[in-house]
Formats: sequence, structure tokens, C-alpha cells
Amino acid sequence: MNIWSALEPSQLINLTIIVPLVGAALVVLLGKNPNLRESISIATAVILFTLVLGITDNTFNQLNMATSWVDFLPGLNIAFSVEPLGVLFALVASFLWIITTIYAIGYMRGHNEENQTRFYCCFALAISSVMAICFSSNLLTLFIFYELLTLSTYPLVTHAGNKNAKRGGRVYLGILLSTSIAFLLFAILATWVSTGTLEFTPGGIFTDAQSSSLVSLLLVLFCYGVGKAALMPFHRWLPAAMVAPTPVSALLHAVAVVKAGVFSILKIVIYIFGIDNLSQISTTDVMLYIGAATVLFSSFVAMTKDNLKARLAYSTVSQLSYIVVGALLASSIAFAGASLHIVTHAVGKITLFFCAGSIFVTTHKKNISEMASLGRKMPLTMIAFTIGALSIIGLPPMAGTWSKWYLVVGALEADKLIILMVLTISSLLNVAYLLPIPIRAFFTPADQRSQSWSWSETSEAPWPSLLAITVTSVMCLVLFFYPQPIIELVNLIPGVSTDINGGT
Amino acid sequence: MFEQHSPVLPIILPLIAAPICILLGRSQLAWLFATFISALGFGISIGLMLTTLDQGVLSYSLGGWEPPWGIEVRVDAASALVLCVVTGISSLVLVYAKESIAKEIDSSQHTLYYTAHLLCLAGLSGILSTGDAFNLFVFLEISSLATYTLVSLASDKRCLTAAFRYLIMGTIGATFILIGVGMMYMKTGTLNMLDLAARISEYDSSRTLNTGLAFILVGVSIKLALFPLHMWLPPAYTHAPSAVSAFLASTATKVAVYVMVRFIFTIYGAEYVFHTMGMDTILLVLAIVAIFKCSFMATVQSNVKTVLAYSSVAQIGYMILGISLVSTLGLTAGLLHIFNHALMKGALFMAVGAVLLRTGSVDIKAFQGLGKQMPLTMAAFTIAGLSIIGVPLTAGFVSKWYLVTAALEQQEWTVAFLVLAGSLLAIIYVGRILEAAYFKNPAEGTTYKEAPLLMLIPLWILVFANIYFGIDTSMSVGAADTAAQWLTQPSSSPATALSVNMGGATQ
Amino acid sequence: MSFIVDYYNYWIVVFLMMAGFYIVISANNLVKKIVGLNIFQTSVFMLYISIGNVSGGSAPIVADGITRYSNPLPHVLILTAIVVGVATTSVGLALIVRIKRAYGTVEENEFEDKDDLI
Repeated sequence: MNIWSALEPSQLINLTIIVPLVGAALVVLLGKNPNLRESISIATAVILFTLVLGITDNTFNQLNMATSWVDFLPGLNIAFSVEPLGVLFALVASFLWIITTIYAIGYMRGHNEENQTRFYCCFALAISSVMAICFSSNLLTLFIFYELLTLSTYPLVTHAGNKNAKRGGRVYLGILLSTSIAFLLFAILATWVSTGTLEFTPGGIFTDAQSSSLVSLLLVLFCYGVGKAALMPFHRWLPAAMVAPTPVSALLHAVAVVKAGVFSILKIVIYIFGIDNLSQISTTDVMLYIGAATVLFSSFVAMTKDNLKARLAYSTVSQLSYIVVGALLASSIAFAGASLHIVTHAVGKITLFFCAGSIFVTTHKKNISEMASLGRKMPLTMIAFTIGALSIIGLPPMAGTWSKWYLVVGALEADKLIILMVLTISSLLNVAYLLPIPIRAFFTPADQRSQSWSWSETSEAPWPSLLAITVTSVMCLVLFFYPQPIIELVNLIPGVSTDINGGT
Repeated sequence: MFEQHSPVLPIILPLIAAPICILLGRSQLAWLFATFISALGFGISIGLMLTTLDQGVLSYSLGGWEPPWGIEVRVDAASALVLCVVTGISSLVLVYAKESIAKEIDSSQHTLYYTAHLLCLAGLSGILSTGDAFNLFVFLEISSLATYTLVSLASDKRCLTAAFRYLIMGTIGATFILIGVGMMYMKTGTLNMLDLAARISEYDSSRTLNTGLAFILVGVSIKLALFPLHMWLPPAYTHAPSAVSAFLASTATKVAVYVMVRFIFTIYGAEYVFHTMGMDTILLVLAIVAIFKCSFMATVQSNVKTVLAYSSVAQIGYMILGISLVSTLGLTAGLLHIFNHALMKGALFMAVGAVLLRTGSVDIKAFQGLGKQMPLTMAAFTIAGLSIIGVPLTAGFVSKWYLVTAALEQQEWTVAFLVLAGSLLAIIYVGRILEAAYFKNPAEGTTYKEAPLLMLIPLWILVFANIYFGIDTSMSVGAADTAAQWLTQPSSSPATALSVNMGGATQ
Repeated sequence: MSFIVDYYNYWIVVFLMMAGFYIVISANNLVKKIVGLNIFQTSVFMLYISIGNVSGGSAPIVADGITRYSNPLPHVLILTAIVVGVATTSVGLALIVRIKRAYGTVEENEFEDKDDLI
């Protein structure tokens, strides 16, 4: 599966970052010719995915891959190295980029959007930043590309260019930049000054030399500094960003951007604090319960939203906090669950967003209340929606089952029954806010006519979009039956194991 | 022979060239000549910087009179660093000025503009390289007088009152410095900086010296527009011709900061100023208030040049903050910000000048829709704006990084947090302008051309410098670090200082 | 009493300085502001010149039979400072001429736009 084996392994990292950049440049150059531009986008995405596959292969073979770009300061450089968690995230992001590009072609053309060249270009830039985040080998590199990701997605969020988009963009940029500068950068600098290193090190970099109150404070700063993880009360940007075109919401606000947030938290917890030390930090529990509160509260908010994308956005906020909770449970199994949730939530939520976008393109309906009997018109889309919803809820035979399973076991292992209850209640809430949508679509008739359904009634989204939806919903199923490669990858993360008595 | 005299050349060249400029008479010729001289000065400054980084201090006795009797020209790493900034920005601004002043300054006064610019450059270079406290005052006044003229050259009548206000404040500031220098002389009987330093350190505490220090610090604070003595700056930068704003914003106040550094660290000694006199707390508080008050003022202005002017005052707060942290790292951060801020503010004012040239206005309304109509100018403005905010991979980020590190090193957690929080206000004032440029539609029926090439080239050189020094920091940080090491070493003899410096670099 | 008499030069300097400063701040007429500025600067010149005096010293011109001279350096310095002062005054006056042309007045309270106040 490694078609790049001829290359020096560490070159692969450089390539994963550079290939999307080249793609972005080509997109701009070929902007006049839409067909060529889109082919380039897809080709770039495919090449990138094969590159990440190559890196995955090398990771399983225990090959060390590291590369350094420039020395920023003495002892601090912009450098990249590969570790399993990053590979996991890179796999998800690069695979879903292909799908999203295919979907976007159908969506953008079906919708006759303007400025498509800028759209595809910024998309590629964002993916490049995501790859750099995945493979960053120290906090500085992570921070730099975290900020670049915010900036490169800003034009995507404000794509529509109208008043709403502007307001959404303002909230988006305002919250993400403010939290990252005021908290994250502050925490990074404090870490740098107190420990003298920012390198991601298995087992953490804090020693007894740092006072426990400092470390406790830093944990809070890091959790809130990574605004992309949408921990309450800094979650407002995510619903605000829903003004973006749906492919953007799908990839960036179900996968790339938000997952970059929780990924950063996971990475910081594993490689800066160290899982074993986590339970000794006094603020861990505080943040854990804030995470748990976010899970519940945003589920409740989601129930009140009639706008489909807004409901999905709050659902995302809630699901992201699952990952934060998993990270802070200080149990190796919960951690495995959190890492898995990055994957399973990604495929599930992207399916839901794709469906929402398809519905919007075909029927121009945004609100759930208008979607009665939509199942007659768009049966395939609504079936896919059901699959995605089941996966998010965590019912077999969908991928989401695994991550929730491990999270629950982790909560038991950590002896935190409250978290267990929160997870259970939240699953019920998921049922309450997701399932009514397909039920309404399939079983509530729009009017009194009782004709029997026939294929001729259907008018699905453009075929590229439909293809993308099919792929992601099939993925939801496949990952339930065949999660081994992902689980093996998760087990490679230092200190993380899916075995009950595992540990390191 | 040439090399031997190189420390004095950055002063002498523009000083001699200025009157020649008038004699040349024609605007075109004067432009070419002034640019050439300035670029020559830049080349020499770079040479000086490399030499000082390599050999330590360069001393030159004017007229062959040995210091402390004669006037000494003394270039060390700190002076060379700021000298490079000043001459470099001056050259770029001169290239830029040709198109820019065509619309903003009456054509009969173009040669006068170049003359005044060269005089100002000579004054600034003089301040930077002199080793004599009274000489410093004279050069300060040469540059200031040229500056008042430059500000008043704009065609808008409001520049006159702005220049007059600047003149009154500037003269009071300079006279305060003169009083302070007089008091130092009364007590020590010398004016040579090294001599002063040696003799001041002999006194434990002297009321005359204390009063002198107070006068000097207040005088310099007026010149560098430290809050609350900054009231002259916003109108001056707003109404001056754009090329002048770009030049002054990135050089004049920086040189004043340098003067403060010189008086505090070289002459009085940090120990005396900060511990005996307790100036660090005063400066720290003023700096933080400046950052917040003036950043806030910047967010509510409608004239973009005023926004940038208030932003300058806030950024000066960052420099003073670095100095007031009383550590080598803090001083490094302050000096580094002098360098980086010159790059950003120069680029921003140049971009605004280009907009003024095309649209005839610098009101925020004039920026509406410019993202499409002047894409290159606005892209440059965006990048420089991000640098002001302190986004990674720009020069501004490096400054912020060092400032916060320095604050944390001193256990000043609140200060570190406030520095970062202050940049949030920068997001607002830069964001407002960018939003107008990219999201608002231009007024009906207006189409503007992209700025001329001669303005875009220097603008983009600065923008690329912003990015370059945000990624490869070895040069800027190295120079600032060496300069800070130099300034905080109490030793005066070049040989010992050099060895200390080399030891310090490996720490 | 001797405190006042012995340091009379400083008292004069301080008085002139404050008077000049007050005029700069309070004067409504721009020319008067410049005059105030001049008085302010002159006080500093006097400070310099008076401290150059060495008690019992003669003017610093070499002559037979005189062994004690006043310090000439402050005087030389002030020569430069006076030149600077004259230059400042002339620039200021030139600005006033242009302000008069542009605004039609040199009285501060007659400016229409409050932002232009000095």
C-alpha cells in the first residue's frame, strides 16, 4: 500500500504539507478553466491520501520520520515528526478531503456559487495547515499552523460575502484568534519559560521542578486556548461558522478545524502533560466536568434548533467535548476512545452535513420543520442521514459504537460514574435531536394525498454529491465491522491502549 | 581611508547632500540623488553592523580630537541595528516618495521635500552614532526641525497646525533634554557618554543627577510619544504627507526610544535608574496604559492614518515595556520590536499612501471594496496588519514572543498576559479596515487603478521583510541580542566588553 | 536668606522657565506661544552660562598674570543651542505665516475645527 516507498520516509512529511500548497497554486493558475481546476483539486487530494498512506505504512513499520524546516529561536525550530495520533488524524482529514472535493463539485456547481477558485484554493491551504498540525513536533509549530488554519478558513466561512457571512466571520475569527493569542500562546510561552522546551515528548515535559499550581493553571489555559475544541463558553464560533457553504461546514467544521482543536488537546495532554501525570493535576477534574457540562448543555441547545445546520453544529460542539472528556479522564482506554472518536465522529458528522447540503441544494430547505416527507423525494439522502445519525448516537452496526464503547469503559476504569451518566444521557439526547429528522422525512406526510411512492418522484442532489454521501455512509458501516487498522494505530500511541488492563 | 571614516559617513553624507539637493533644482534629479545617498548610507550601515557584530565597538574622533575632549562618534551593535533600520526605511521611502508626493505635495516644493528628508536622515543618523550627550541634543534638533518642515509640506491645511503643535511639544522635549544634560555636566564636568557613565557611577546619590535624569526621561518621553505625552503624534502623522508618515512612524520615534535606552543603560546605568530611582514601575505602568488606551483609541477612529498613528503610540508602549522589564531579555525584546515595528508600520503607512493616491481619501469609507480594485496594495496591508496583530510567521509574532518570554522570565505574569491581551485590540482595529476593504462594496461607479509600480516595490519589499524576519529570526534577534548584551554590560573597554559579549552569546 | 541670595542665578532661571512655560500653555496667540518658547529656552541658556562661572575666574582669554579662568565650554555649547533656538523660532514663525494664510487667523480660539487646536 505504500507507493512512495522509494522516497526517503522523512520527505513524505514535507510532501504532505507541500502537495496541497502546490495544489492551491495550480488551482489559482487554472482558475479560468473549472474542469481542469476541479481535476487538479481531486488529483491533489488523491496524491495527498497516498502520501499519508505511505506514512501510515512506515508508522506500522516503526520507521522514525522527522524533518526540521527553520530554526526559529535557539533551541526552538519549526519541525515535524510523525507519531501515531497525528497519522490517525492525517488519514481521516486527507481521506475525507477527497470525498469532500467530489461533493463540493456537485454542490458548488449545483448552487452556482461565485469565487469558486478562491474556495478551492483556500480549501487546499487549510488542508496543508492541517497536515502540518498533524505532524508538528513541538508546540510552536503546532501553534503557527493552528493560526494559519484559522486564517485560511476565514475566507471560506465568509464565502457568501453578505451581511450574515460577515457577522459569522467576525465571531469566528474573533473567538479563535482571541483565545489562541490570549490563552494558548500565553500557555505555550509559560511552558517555554518554565521548562525550556516545547518538544512533544512521550510522558510529558513537566517535572517536579514546575510547581503544581503552575501546571494546573497551564492545563486550564491550554484547554481554553485551543478554542477550536469549542469548550463552553468559547463555542460560539462554531454555530457562527455555519454561514459557510455546506462543503466547508462539512469538512472544516465537522472534520478539519474542530478536529484540529481536539487533536491539539489530545496531543498536548499526551505529550506535554503525560497521561500518567494527569490525575495529579488539580484542575483536571474541573476541566473534565466543564467538558461534561458542554456535552449535555449543547445537546439541549441542539434540540431547540430548527435550522438543520445549526442543530448539527451544536451536536458537533457536544461531540467534541466527548473527546475532551475522554482525554481528561486520565485512563488509557478513555484515551483510545477519544482518539477513535476523532475518526468515527468525522465520518458520521460529515455524512450528516453532506445530507444537509444536498437537501439545501435540491430543495432550498434549511429548516427541519419544512422537511416533512422529504424521504419521498430524496430517499437515498435520507437513508444516508439515518446511517450517519445512528453512528453519532453510537448504535451498532455503526462506527460510532466503538468510540463510545471505549469512552464508557474508560469512564468506568477511571471510576467516574458521573461521566458515565453524562455519556448515557447524552446518547439519549442524541436520539432525541437526530432521529426525529429522518422519522419526519419518512413517516410524516406533507399533505393528505396518499399516492404510493415511486422512483419518478425522486430528485436527488447532483451525482457527485450523492456519490460522496454514499461513500461516507458506507464508511460508517465499514468501520464498525473492520476497525482493526484504526485500533492498531491507536494502540501505537504511547500510554494508550484499548485493553482493559493495558496501559503502556 | 574609506573604511577608517565609515562610522561618520552616515551623518556626513546626507548632511552634505541636502544643500546639493536644492542646487539640483529639478525634482527628478533631486529624487535620484537623495535615493542614491540614502541607499549608500544603508550600505555603509550594513557594513557597520557586520563590523560591530564582529569586532565590538567602533570609535571615531571627529577632527582628530581624542575623546573625552573631542566629540566622539561611537557605533556599537545597538546603534548599528537602529542605523540599519533608519537608513533602510529611508531608502525605501524615498523610492516610494516620487509617486506619492506627486499628488500630496505642491510640485514647487518637491526638491525641498528631498532636502528636508536628507537633513532629517542626517540628524537621526547623528543621534544614533554620536558618543557625546550634548551632540545628541543638537542632532535631535536637526532631525526635529527637518521633521516639522516635512509634516507641514502636505497640501491639506490641517498639517500646519499639526506641525505647529509638534514643534511646540518637540521643542519643550528637546529643551528638557538640554536641561538634563546641563545638570549632568554640572555634576560631572564631562559630556562624553562613556566618561559620564564612569563618573556618574562614582556618585552614590546626587540630587542634581536625579533631577537631570528626570528632565531627560520626560524630554525623551515627549519625543518618543510615550503616553500621556503623545498628544502631538496622532495629528502629525495623520496630516503629514504619506511618505513622511511612513518615514517618521518607522524611524523618528524609534530613534527616540534608542535615546532613552542610551541614557538609561549606557550613561546612568540600569542599576541606578531602575533600582535607586524606581523608574521601572513608572515606565511599566505607562507602557501598559499606552498599549490599552491607544489601541482602544485606534479602534474608534475613522481616519485610517489616525488609526495607524494611535497604533504607533501603542506599539511604542511595547518597546518601553521591554525596557522597563530590567533584564537583558527585555531589552532584546524592546530593541527587536524597534526593528520589527519599523517594518510593519512602514508597510502600513505606504499602503495607506497608495490608497490616498488613488482614491484621494484615507477615511475608512475610502477603503470599501478596495480588496478587488487594488488587490496588491490591500494584500500588502493585510500581511502588515497581521504582523501588527502578531500572527505567527510574521515579524510581529517574534516581537510578541520575546516580550512575553521576557515578562515571564521576570515572573511578571500579569504583564505577560496584558501584552497578549493588548494584541486582541489590534485585531479589532486592523480587522475593521480589512472588513471594509474586502466585504463592503465600493461606492457606485468608482473604479480605482492599482498603485504605481514604484510604490508597490518598496511596499512589498517591506512586506517580504515582515515575513522573512518572522521566519528566519537569526539575523534580527542576533543583532538585538548582541546589542542588549552590550548595553547591559557595565564594562566600557571594548576588549573586555567583546569577550563578555562572546561569552554571553553562547548562554 | 543666604539660600536665596547664594543661588540667585538658579532662581532667575527657574522664574524665567516657569514664565515661558506658562506662556506656551496659556497663550491664545500663536506668536505669543513662540515668544514663550523663546523665554523658556533662554532660561536654559542662562543656566548653562551661569554654571560656567568659576568664582574669581576671569573671562577665558589667555592673558598675562591671570591664572584662573571661567569654564568656556558651557558658553560654546550654548552658542550651538542658541543657533538651534533661532532655527526653531524661525520655523515656528514660518509655520505661523502659513497658518495665517490658510486659516485667516493666528488666534487659537478662532479656529473653526476644534481638532485643529494646538
